[in-house]
Amino acid sequence: MSAPETSGAAAASSAAHEPAKDKRAPEGLALQFGSAWEYAPAPEAADHVKIEPRYELFIGGKWQAPQSKKYFDTISPSTEEKLAEVADASAADVDLAVKAARTAYEKYWSKLRPIDRGKYVYRISRALQEKARELAIVESMDGGKPIKESRDFDVVQAAAHFFYYAGWADKLAYAFPGRNPRALGVAGQVIPWNFPLLMAAWKLAPALATGNTCVLKPAETTPLTALLLAKIIEECDLPPGVVNVVTGAGATGAAVVGHPDVDKVAFTGSTDVGKKIQKAIAGTKKKITLELGGKAANIVFADAPLDQAIEGIIGGIFFNQGHVCCAGSRLLVEESAAEMVIRKLKDRMSTLRLGDPLDKNTDVGAINSRMQLEKIRELVASGEKEGAERFSAPCKLPKRGYWFAPTIFTGVSQSHRIAREEIFGPVLAIQTFRTPDEAVEKANNTMYGLSAGIWTDKGAKSFWVAQRLRAGVVWANTYNKFDPSSPFGGYKESGFGREGGRQGLLAYLEVD
Amino acid sequence: MAKKKDESGQPTMSAETSKNGAADSAAPAGATLERVPVRKAYKMYVGGAFIRSESGRYTQVAEAPGLSTKENVSRASRKDGRDAVKAAFGAWSGWSGRTAFNRGQILYRLGEMMEARKSEFVSSLANSGLSREEAERETLSAIDRAIAYAGWCDKYQSLFSSLNPVGGPHFNFTSPESMGVVAIVAPARPALLGLTGAILPVIASGNTCVVLASEADPRTAVVFSEALATSDLPGGVVNILTGSVKEVLPHLAKHMEVAALDLHGVDASLAKSIEESAVINVKRVRTRSLTQADWFDAASAETPRWIERFIEMKTIWHPAGP
Repeated sequence: MSAPETSGAAAASSAAHEPAKDKRAPEGLALQFGSAWEYAPAPEAADHVKIEPRYELFIGGKWQAPQSKKYFDTISPSTEEKLAEVADASAADVDLAVKAARTAYEKYWSKLRPIDRGKYVYRISRALQEKARELAIVESMDGGKPIKESRDFDVVQAAAHFFYYAGWADKLAYAFPGRNPRALGVAGQVIPWNFPLLMAAWKLAPALATGNTCVLKPAETTPLTALLLAKIIEECDLPPGVVNVVTGAGATGAAVVGHPDVDKVAFTGSTDVGKKIQKAIAGTKKKITLELGGKAANIVFADAPLDQAIEGIIGGIFFNQGHVCCAGSRLLVEESAAEMVIRKLKDRMSTLRLGDPLDKNTDVGAINSRMQLEKIRELVASGEKEGAERFSAPCKLPKRGYWFAPTIFTGVSQSHRIAREEIFGPVLAIQTFRTPDEAVEKANNTMYGLSAGIWTDKGAKSFWVAQRLRAGVVWANTYNKFDPSSPFGGYKESGFGREGGRQGLLAYLEVD
Repeated sequence: MAKKKDESGQPTMSAETSKNGAADSAAPAGATLERVPVRKAYKMYVGGAFIRSESGRYTQVAEAPGLSTKENVSRASRKDGRDAVKAAFGAWSGWSGRTAFNRGQILYRLGEMMEARKSEFVSSLANSGLSREEAERETLSAIDRAIAYAGWCDKYQSLFSSLNPVGGPHFNFTSPESMGVVAIVAPARPALLGLTGAILPVIASGNTCVVLASEADPRTAVVFSEALATSDLPGGVVNILTGSVKEVLPHLAKHMEVAALDLHGVDASLAKSIEESAVINVKRVRTRSLTQADWFDAASAETPRWIERFIEMKTIWHPAGP
């Protein structure tokens, strides 16, 4: 990070000398955190983790050099150091991968007894648990997320996802009684950089359990854990070609999606790219599921348990640096509670520790890429320019790497870009409302519909609001909870199809 | 009203006439002074009202097979499409907000109204070229379909929903909701059974719709709207336009308030361009081309899977704790 003027540190550093007296906190209520003592570093040791200098493509059960002969670097966003170089798959490589997947489908995977298919998927889950530490460390190095998240959330959920779907493999007839469920064939799957391993699990686990073979394209900034997963799959002795991993950027993804022998396209990423994919497959027989962007409203009523709500708001927007499609990026707070909520939020933000993703105390890690950092800066600048009031947590930003201090905006109006566009960063836009109807109206006033949050002490009100929110996942008095058995996916321009649960099977099955 | 002579030379009532309720006995044999029958204007059904196209355009269809007399049917414009979407969008929150039980009662009422109009449906289908026998078979199937989906209104939820055993102290469940406005292209044939079979699963779950009627037999769709209008269905839940699919559908595909498309028997090249346009707001596009036999196969056409095509699944989490 070389531009402190956008970091919030500059804005906050002058205030840091007199933190208790600033305008955000009336008479003596302000708390002072973090400036009295420095936290000692508590880094997760990475010495036993071996990252190869170069990764090839995993096609047909073998590690193959790309036809393109090209490689690209993957770097650590927290240090800007190169971690490895990774093959850049061309259309020809993708073609090989799809052929391998087709052969594997016909020769092995569709012929296996369902329970044996399940056993392979169980194996993957077990191996993920066995290699959990290594995977968590590499995930944090390659993607910048705090180790406590990769260790306690990403890897755990990824293993759980494989475990959950493994058990469905021999039970599909019960999932859709009388409807003769059958596999589609070859699935082309393109996944994002925010939860690299977990998204690979969300895609592969149901696809494999339902009897499909896969060509997986990880994001170009975070390919490493998908490659480690490929290694695990190799070690689990899955038949060659059942899972193929092709690394590369947008062109590689387009080749996967556009390949004529792909039967199913699954994509998680931005709404813009999702629309291009939907367009690209128009007129084909391909089945498609899209999990796209979001601009979730987190609605806080005055009767809510406020301290819990504050934790939910903080987790909702700053979890994984806000690189979460279902992030609670709009806070709608009932007018009578707004002042209290905003003050508590600022206090809580002041306690967030930003820095080394491998430090076990870190709350907020590095922004995933320079490109993403620039996008966040650009949108935050627009928020300031359009007249919203910015507050950034007073934290020091490391000198190297990509960082952005947790930031909130007050005085946001519906027309502001920061209230409408997905920022995909640690930036919260706060608006107020007076009645439940107004809250619902504002929450639904977006092209997205992935998720939403409700905080209230009134059971009836929470369900009333939940029924009216046009969002695929609604968290009431909680936020950002995930589980393999719980379907996840959007309404409106947040995409279609569900991942997780029995409903998630449908994305990979033909049923009567 | 055109008249046909039977072999005895006696004037008989055309199907149209009997449809309009005139008893055959009202026309005494050998009468020279006939009662002049009242003709019917075939209007589109939008927002609960029967309207002509704002464009003032029409298409003509033969009054009955073999007759040179024509009847005029409205030809919908782009603007009619927009008006219909507006009506459908406006009706959506009310319709989806009704209890499932109430929706079921209204669809059952639709079945009652169709049964009462049985002979009118049969005549209308016959006028478009079906034999009397075929027309009767189709009409009875269509009525039964209304009854079948009336029953589904408050039952599919239990089949699609789940209580999810998440790993933590949370109560977590998933249940279906409607999508919003669905634009439906009804199949050319069977004109009545295809129309009802396409509309019913869409509205059973609380969606509202804009339907482009069969071009092969637009009049039967109008007769069907007359049954809808008397079945307590709130205005705007079903809006039926007659005209050219090729002309109106592209605009519906680009409309931001249309959530989904249900395309029956749309030719491949049009379907491709429609799917491309639908990207604008990530519409859910379903295409299918059922054979006539498929539409008549109640076992497959009355399964809840047709409802499943136009619902969204919502998952709600709530912590459980003391």
